[in-house]
Amino acid sequence: MSANLTALAYLVASVLFILALRGLSSPGAARRGNMMGIAGMAIAIGTTVLDPSIVSYGGILAAIAVGGVIGTIIARRIQMTAMPELIAGFHSLVGMAAVLVASAAFLSPESFGILDASGTIFVASRIEMALGVVIGAITFSGSIVAFAKLAGLMSGDPVMFPAQHWLNLAIGVVIAVLIAMFAQTPDPQWFWIFTGLAFAIGVLLIIPIGGADMPVVISMLNSYSGWAAAGIGFTLGNSALIVTGALVGSSGAILSYIMCKAMNRSFFSVILGGFGAVATTARSKTDKPHKEGSAEDAAFLLKNAGSVIIVPGYGMAVAQAQHVLAEVSAKLKAQGVKVRYGIHPVAGRMPGHMNVLLAEANVPYEDVHELEEINPDFSNTDVAIVIGANDVTNPAAKNDPKSPIFGMPILEVDKAKTVLFIKRSMKGVGYAGIDNELFYSPNTMMLLADAKKMMQDIGKEL
Amino acid sequence: MEVDPLIWQLSIFVLAIFVGYYVIWSVTPALHTPLMAITNAISSVIVVGALMAAGPADFSAAKVLGLAAITLAAVNIFGGFVVTQRMLSMFRGRGRAPNKK
Repeated sequence: MSANLTALAYLVASVLFILALRGLSSPGAARRGNMMGIAGMAIAIGTTVLDPSIVSYGGILAAIAVGGVIGTIIARRIQMTAMPELIAGFHSLVGMAAVLVASAAFLSPESFGILDASGTIFVASRIEMALGVVIGAITFSGSIVAFAKLAGLMSGDPVMFPAQHWLNLAIGVVIAVLIAMFAQTPDPQWFWIFTGLAFAIGVLLIIPIGGADMPVVISMLNSYSGWAAAGIGFTLGNSALIVTGALVGSSGAILSYIMCKAMNRSFFSVILGGFGAVATTARSKTDKPHKEGSAEDAAFLLKNAGSVIIVPGYGMAVAQAQHVLAEVSAKLKAQGVKVRYGIHPVAGRMPGHMNVLLAEANVPYEDVHELEEINPDFSNTDVAIVIGANDVTNPAAKNDPKSPIFGMPILEVDKAKTVLFIKRSMKGVGYAGIDNELFYSPNTMMLLADAKKMMQDIGKEL
Repeated sequence: MEVDPLIWQLSIFVLAIFVGYYVIWSVTPALHTPLMAITNAISSVIVVGALMAAGPADFSAAKVLGLAAITLAAVNIFGGFVVTQRMLSMFRGRGRAPNKK
């Protein structure tokens, strides 16, 4: 295949990838979009293996087969509630692949055509592969930490130590200096040292960030994996890789921005971490009276309601309560109650987490609404059910300028006639470590139980 | 005067960022999780670099790294597309039959 044809094939692959992302504006189009993504990938791989420099197919086929089987099995078996850790795990693989490819390009530059007449690697290629390997290494080790936090292999609490940010800054500066030196002289030791440091800083960057900030972290790592791919794309001079890297990089960046905005936090405050570390001190007013109810009371209220809005959060995922919840809402709908869902952008551990869980439980997507869409409707709603969410409903975000979450957009469940708040116990606070005045409001009924158990009991009463 | 190929690549890169910006803002928030899964899958197009490293007939360290990278990328490509398809097949509108496995 001529070089021109190859480049055209990569262009086709890039266009298919853009269309794959464009499809995600609606579920139906998204399914077609996924097929285009697969086609784009097949074209990119097919074009590359037809290159005359690729002659040894045995190992390649075996590697694709092994990886393909593992990937397919994981993807088919994974629980929908475990999606955040799966995505974090996948990010780490992209990062590692970038590190391996950049290292291979450094060790065998002749296979990649990046040698100049005197047999040294082009300066531009050195800088590109350095950036690719550094971002790839950060993506890898950062995603491993995110994976461990999400999968519960390590505590989700922020890990802080003195002068942490200065250490990170110092390592960052050293990496930059080493890359500059590597651009001057292609000494292998610089390459391996900055690669090692990049692995270290990936860990250091993510450990201070608490579990509830994971939606931002995961989006950010998504973005990094794209920039790493783009860096490698420059080294290879491959347009499909450059375009894809740019698409993925901007996608992750936009998602990070949306998540930060939904928490009213700056990107830097999330990155610096430590949020939620003050959890134990802020809670002193536990003795205020609150109203408790039983499943029977809840069922009675729901039966007599005209309209209900359900606000799910991470707790619903933990309790695996989405199926029972969907059954209860189906029963209510059968009795003529209008049931809808209100989703906060940061509910759960990754963007869109709740929507996937509700979809899994066969909730029609027309019933699931975004924050801006549903907020005006709370004031004419009879019952709001909060299940596994907390801070995203806290009126302090609107009323109390001293609150750490002041200014964060919330779902205004307090405007509903009655709030049913499902929670394990009156102890325990949301991720921000603050009390929620909603618990003590006269129109709130606390349902203290495991979310799944409570929904089952309500279901029986209906 | 000849334009350095790097400049062309940079042009493609910058324009693709803009394309990404507008395309991603049109994604419905309900599909943000599938978006992350599919971006994961397509960023594994990095496999083309791994293929070039693993392609030559002679055995070398680069070839081993290339084969390892192909394996990781393949996990991601297959895993990413399959899990995206699985999630998207669950998003059904009202009145349509839920799809059973």
